Amino acid sequence: MPAVGTNVPRKDSTEKVTGTARYVDDLVFPGMLHARTIRSTIPRGRIRDVRLSFDRAGFTIIDHRDVTGRNVVALIEDDQPLLAEREIRHVAEPILLLAHEDLDTLRRARVDIDYEPLEPLFDPTRSTQLLKDLRIVKGDVEQALAGAEVVVEGEYRTGHQEQLYIEPNGVIAVPENGGVTVHGSLQCPFYVHKALRIALGLPDDRIRVVQTETGGGFGGKEEYPSVIAAHAALLALKAKRPVKLIYDRLEDMLATTKRHPSIVRHRTGVTRDGRLVAMDIEVLMDGGAYVTLSPVVLSRGAIHAAGPYRCDHVRIEARAVGTNTPPNGAFRGFGAPQTQFAVEVQMERIAEALSMDPARLRELNALRPGDTTATGQRVEADCSALQVLQQAVERSDFHGKRERYAGTNRGIGLSLFFHGAGFTGSGEVKLASRAALCTTERGVRILVGSAEIGQGTRTMHAQIVADSLGIPYEDVETGLPDTSNVPDSGPTVASRTCMVVGGILQRCASDLRERIGDMHPREHFTKHGATVVTKEYEPPHGIAWDDDTYRGDAYATYAWACDVAEVEMDPDTYEIRPIHFTAVQDIGKAIHPVLVAGQIEGGTAQGIGYALIEEVVMREGAMANAQMTNYLVPTTLDTPTMDVVIVETPSHHGPFGAKGVGEMPIDGPAPAIVNAIRHLGLDIRQIPATPERIAEAACVSA
Amino acid sequence: MRLRVNGRDWEVDAPPMARLLDVLRVQCELPGTKEGCGEGECGACTVLVDGEPVCSCLVPVAHADGAEVTTIEGLGGDHRLQRAFAEHGAAQCGICTPGMIMAALALPSSPSLDDVRVALAGNICRCTGYHAIYRAILRA
Ligand code: FES
Ligand code: FES
Repeated sequence: MPAVGTNVPRKDSTEKVTGTARYVDDLVFPGMLHARTIRSTIPRGRIRDVRLSFDRAGFTIIDHRDVTGRNVVALIEDDQPLLAEREIRHVAEPILLLAHEDLDTLRRARVDIDYEPLEPLFDPTRSTQLLKDLRIVKGDVEQALAGAEVVVEGEYRTGHQEQLYIEPNGVIAVPENGGVTVHGSLQCPFYVHKALRIALGLPDDRIRVVQTETGGGFGGKEEYPSVIAAHAALLALKAKRPVKLIYDRLEDMLATTKRHPSIVRHRTGVTRDGRLVAMDIEVLMDGGAYVTLSPVVLSRGAIHAAGPYRCDHVRIEARAVGTNTPPNGAFRGFGAPQTQFAVEVQMERIAEALSMDPARLRELNALRPGDTTATGQRVEADCSALQVLQQAVERSDFHGKRERYAGTNRGIGLSLFFHGAGFTGSGEVKLASRAALCTTERGVRILVGSAEIGQGTRTMHAQIVADSLGIPYEDVETGLPDTSNVPDSGPTVASRTCMVVGGILQRCASDLRERIGDMHPREHFTKHGATVVTKEYEPPHGIAWDDDTYRGDAYATYAWACDVAEVEMDPDTYEIRPIHFTAVQDIGKAIHPVLVAGQIEGGTAQGIGYALIEEVVMREGAMANAQMTNYLVPTTLDTPTMDVVIVETPSHHGPFGAKGVGEMPIDGPAPAIVNAIRHLGLDIRQIPATPERIAEAACVSA
Repeated sequence: MRLRVNGRDWEVDAPPMARLLDVLRVQCELPGTKEGCGEGECGACTVLVDGEPVCSCLVPVAHADGAEVTTIEGLGGDHRLQRAFAEHGAAQCGICTPGMIMAALALPSSPSLDDVRVALAGNICRCTGYHAIYRAILRA
């Protein structure tokens, strides 16, 4: 029986429901020390003096002088130190590391730091520190705008968002084999491996990174674990003992990366009958104190900034700048939720300006197969923007409810959106990911560096391999990635684990099938011993991208979706309560429908939080509400009923027609909700749409 | 202090203000109970004390002296809720799952959707958006 398309049992479900899955904090190594990070308390300045006001017996202490390799967090730019030397650029910047056997003694240790404070900068519009800029140009925007019948302008703002995986960041570093092994909660074992190599100055084969069961990531464990791993490894190598470094919730929220805040400006020219003729878009993202992943977040944001629409004249100018807050980084959606919020609220305001039905406006302009995107990419037959829109409108009774809710305290709104699968542009070619299969006693084992972080990597990969080999799903083994015995299949990010890595595994399977003939791999293993097949990523034919001009095929393909939000406003408290959600999402092929629905429901809930309640309050460059008591995420009571429709228009790029699914669901909820609020007569252009902002808008409209 | 954990008696040697969560995880070696926040907000640390779900990160062990404590490990592996959570995809990353299951245990039989939403209001899941969890509990 084929496994693909069915709801086979998750590979990890038994461990997870019985409490036997082992997360990093559950592991104990003999002689293990606990560790703590001493951090800056000012947003900008210089360190004058560090005083240790405790008895040092039993402590291992590390500062920047103890870094054995280079004192940098190796990522895109090497601008971020592992441990501050003199200069402080943000609150919670690591300065000193302590380790001790006893957790209480460790917590009581007092360190006093004197600073020479400097004037910090928090407003990205005033920043002169450019982290990255880029331009996407199609046609002649100025001329088209000058000739447009109607021009609509607007500015849209989004705030920080905290990933809030329920398991905080943490690792354990164990000195062994003349090097170090790091076990940790992480998404990208090979990112950590590279960062360790550079930080420790050790050869590749002395460093081993093993993922432990990971309690959620959402991008928040993409780049930051490199910092924690290097800290723990430095301590472990100095102490010659295992070191456990686990953040508590407060530290995790205060110090680690968040979604980039954004300001997006639109100037859109349209004809009176609703055709887009020009889109002029400016994107500004606040990267925080160091570059981290800002260039790539900005890039994905910019590429998605014009939405899934046909328009001959587009100009997108995007900048990411530095400020004195902790660096922002990867979070599900990776720039696209910010820019698609802006374009979808702008579309709603255009409909308003033209007195046109918002669904009709989108219908007129939605990309169809053969149309080109802002980068000039011709979308293929799997472009289903129009279909998902029509299905969502019908299914939610959008027009009926729009009429019935008018004048009540209920509103309904929609958003049409898309999401490119895999790394942007030439990213996949540069990554050159590899994956492997190895025959075993049971059948075959999957060897990948892709992490299971809850989304179902193991299960979905095993389904693809089982069907490609024609063996039962149960005969496919999976495991936790360990850099010492799996090939580098690239980071677990960018909705690439199914389409890209799954695609490589499919090729491994057909190659293995050729080698072993009709035999079951188990039989072949018994007769001939282990056979390993490794394959590397092969770029699809006919895909071309130019990094310098930002023209061409930005992604191998896109997934398409339409969300409809229904909300209710409490007239006394101005609280907006989502009451029902319709999500129609075309992801090519649902390898495992239950997992796919789980991604859509979970991503939608995060998007609802982003839209309404998740507010990072920054005071003097530090998160003032770094606790779950006052940084609120949706609970059961805040999450509405959802009607999830999975559409399957196959893409010839992914295994069994699959595209990416993990990120897209978070792109749509915020604009759909804000457009539903607009239906209530309230002009909201900034999220989260907290009761204070709603009250303000109500005053203006009254 | 004496605790009865999953049917087994423990003589616990810990300061009275030690968190029940740490005693369970470290001394009783039952790491199935998780810590997500340490401030009573996420519910990952939910266990039953004398049949009532509590956040074990907020309970000083002295308060559980003489009590009957049940953790996820106490359900064996074949409880109807465990099977249903597995079947309906209610455990994604799984870190909230032990706490969710323990909180759900306190529900009356054949609960309504509203019963479930209220009973789980103190348990945060960042992965599922809760719907798979509802499906699991309602069909268990
Ligand atoms: S750890 Fe106890 S409620 Fe979060
Ligand atoms: S399954 Fe990950 S937090 Fe609930």
